[in-house]
Amino acid sequence: MAEQTAPPVIRDGTPAKPDAAVVRDALGVGVAVGLSGFAFGVTSAGSGLSILQTCVLSLLVFTGASQFALVGALAAGGNPFTAAAGAFFLGTRNAFYGLRLSQLLALPKAVRPFAAHWVIDETTAVALAQPSRRAARIGFTATGLTLYVLWNLTTFLGALGAEAIGDTAAWGLDAAGPAVFLALLAPMLKSATERATAGIAVLLGLGLLPVLPAGVPVLAAALAAPAVLWAQGRRTAPTGREKDSR
Amino acid sequence: MNVWIAIALTAGGCYLVKLAGLLVPAGALERPLVQRLAALLPVALLAALTAQQTFSAGDALVLDARAAGLAAAAVALVLRAPFLVVVGAAVAVTAGVRALGW
Repeated sequence: MAEQTAPPVIRDGTPAKPDAAVVRDALGVGVAVGLSGFAFGVTSAGSGLSILQTCVLSLLVFTGASQFALVGALAAGGNPFTAAAGAFFLGTRNAFYGLRLSQLLALPKAVRPFAAHWVIDETTAVALAQPSRRAARIGFTATGLTLYVLWNLTTFLGALGAEAIGDTAAWGLDAAGPAVFLALLAPMLKSATERATAGIAVLLGLGLLPVLPAGVPVLAAALAAPAVLWAQGRRTAPTGREKDSR
Repeated sequence: MNVWIAIALTAGGCYLVKLAGLLVPAGALERPLVQRLAALLPVALLAALTAQQTFSAGDALVLDARAAGLAAAAVALVLRAPFLVVVGAAVAVTAGVRALGW
């Protein structure tokens, strides 16, 4: 097993960042995003899942976009396999976060199975923004803990609230899911490549909706990603190693 | 029962990809093409999901109050509003438009 050395972002001469400042960063992100568990709890219960099912999703899946995708697909009448496949593919980005984090945090082997559950957009963003390994570890842990506790608590309260409200659509709560997706998507639309991918995916997702079984059009829309890369590769011809844009 | 199967598959699958990232030796996923595909896949999925959950009812395409809600969310995003405000705007506008009988 090759020993992984520190990635280039960590330099010896970097001034130390106070632990309290790291925790403050982490709490800011954790609280803001953790509260949006309300939206998930309401959406999930409004989609017909029980409170227990809703809470189990937040406890065990703990990656928001996948959770919203799953309950949306189930509500639309998708079978459990296509619904889970859509949620799974959305979750694959976490593998790439884990790859970055394993170099940055240098976690002992025994800790990794536990840390893995917290490898998500927000913990990665906070950890990667820190100037040292110590700060990255504190940032990852504080964000993960805050977010996990709040996300599960607000999921439960949101599900309870949805049951109490009854018709969630009358309150406009069926718009929460797509709004969450749009909010996650917007910062990703950095270049023409991303915008073209999104545009094609929208056309595929809507165009195939009337003709394919529920849940399948989203998976078909995912093909927009390799299609755009392929078209781009043909246009630019082989250029060797490209600069990493992330 | 179907719902529990979907939950179990999603929980298991999502945990395993998270763990894989921490365990896989660096380099395996470092090829530029793999990295770019991984960055684009969520873009495609999120775009399709946003459109479907806004403009569909079952397997039919519809234009209803949710479209107004999503437009409100888009405006909030352009104004750099915080996450919760974006979602709140979508919910409030959808409810308002629906209350007007649309």
